[in-house]
Amino acid sequence: MIVGDRKPLEEILDYIKDYKKIMLMGCGGCVTVCFSGGSKAAELLASQIKMARKQAGNEIEIIECTPTRQCEYEFLEEFAEQVKSVEAVLSIACGVGVQAMAVQFPEKHTVPGLNTKFMGYPVEHAVWEEKCAGCGDCVLEWTGGLCPISRCAKKLLNGPCGGSVDKVCEVNKDVECVWHTIYDRLKVLGKLENLTKVRKAKDWRTSTNAGQRRITFEEAML
Amino acid sequence: MKSGSKLEKVLTAGEFAVTAELGPPPNSNAEAVIKKAKHSLGVAEAVNITDNQTAIVRMSSIAAAAIAIQQGLEPVAQMVCRDRNRIAMQSDVLGAAALGVKNLLCLSGDHQCFGNHPEAKNVYCVDSMQLIAMVKQMRDEKKFISGDPIKEYEPRLFIGAVANPFADPFEFRVMRLAKKIEAGADFIQTQCIFDLDRFEEWMKLVVEQGLHKKAYIMAGITPVRSSRALKYMKAEVAGITIPDALIERMDGADDPKEEGVKIACEMIERVKGIEGVSGLHLMPIGWESITPVILEKAGLLPRPEVD
Repeated sequence: MIVGDRKPLEEILDYIKDYKKIMLMGCGGCVTVCFSGGSKAAELLASQIKMARKQAGNEIEIIECTPTRQCEYEFLEEFAEQVKSVEAVLSIACGVGVQAMAVQFPEKHTVPGLNTKFMGYPVEHAVWEEKCAGCGDCVLEWTGGLCPISRCAKKLLNGPCGGSVDKVCEVNKDVECVWHTIYDRLKVLGKLENLTKVRKAKDWRTSTNAGQRRITFEEAML
Repeated sequence: MKSGSKLEKVLTAGEFAVTAELGPPPNSNAEAVIKKAKHSLGVAEAVNITDNQTAIVRMSSIAAAAIAIQQGLEPVAQMVCRDRNRIAMQSDVLGAAALGVKNLLCLSGDHQCFGNHPEAKNVYCVDSMQLIAMVKQMRDEKKFISGDPIKEYEPRLFIGAVANPFADPFEFRVMRLAKKIEAGADFIQTQCIFDLDRFEEWMKLVVEQGLHKKAYIMAGITPVRSSRALKYMKAEVAGITIPDALIERMDGADDPKEEGVKIACEMIERVKGIEGVSGLHLMPIGWESITPVILEKAGLLPRPEVD
């Protein structure tokens, strides 16, 4: 899932300081699961904003709504009338949702309430970890199902580097060295030979540096 | 000869080789490079010129290497993967060779979070293994990594890599060394050795696999001036093992500098006796002036003459 993290309240208040009536739009997708952008998060944020503005003697009206997914136009259409009635939209979807809103309602200023962090999953209750960088050329087959592109601080394909000690990354002692884990995993799978080959330089064209990427699923085309 | 460097000649002649280290200054002062270069002149085959080590901005390693060459010193230019993509790296490889650099040490580079620009974006377009392979391909196949030909004047470099016997998983460290050699490393410089027992154990595995015959292994020794430096490295530098006995010895020393020199000489004596070790890489971090003193005391002077 896409994991987001709420921006500091002060930053959000600054974004909307010129507005008296806004829509606070959550998302029923990934960010609901990670607690940062669902209807409950929207409710909490709305009350925090109202309280802060009331204290500042500058009250604000907030319409809350949480579409099934903010990243698809078809779920946004039904809010067209409400969007018209406000001065701006505060979106607590991921960056994809914010952009879908900005495109669907180009006349309206849509501002982000979250910092979109990464693609990952919960490793324990309320703790998420990054697991995929969307590099566009998956290597999980030979790495024992563990991604060095998203999880190694140097994106090595021939790790672990010399800073791997006690299974921990030199960059952050709270982070496991994914290359040590890959080694352990491949040992269990009896596939250590996967690590004896020099892995060639990655073709980064599939990644984020060739401009916006686009996928077409031919069979589903209308 | 792959490069014709003095380092390559001494190693291929079967002599115990010596490389030292020179950290470029954090400014544009050529005099600082010249001054440091003098410490190593005539006492080592070549001198590593570090590339923004610990991710702290310093004069470019290739620029400092060019200054060192003017002083009659043979550099081992270091190149890390942190700051440049494959276009810039190959361009710098060509530039370094054009300036007379004959030895190139390929490393991943310390992560930027350890330096003075932690907000920087790192690159790692290629990793250290791929950098080694890239430089070898440029030299031996006369091709850029893209496959485009280098029609003439290919960079003739003696390719170095690093190995850390003290990082984990221990049993993979020799396998990784084998990969670096397969990728094209001609010589290997190790991480600073303080735990000689572990180094010896690692070298045993290296020799068992015959890797010492495929590349020259140079043992990394760092003289220290105080027990504080040892304690700092033990606490802060990942991948360096420091035995407590060594710290205690430095703590108890009347003259820590003298003791540091003594310890370094003892270590050099011991690594010289380990099978498969072809040379010494002396890394007196920020203490370059001690290089000739230690090499003299360790009986490594004068250096052998080679053509």
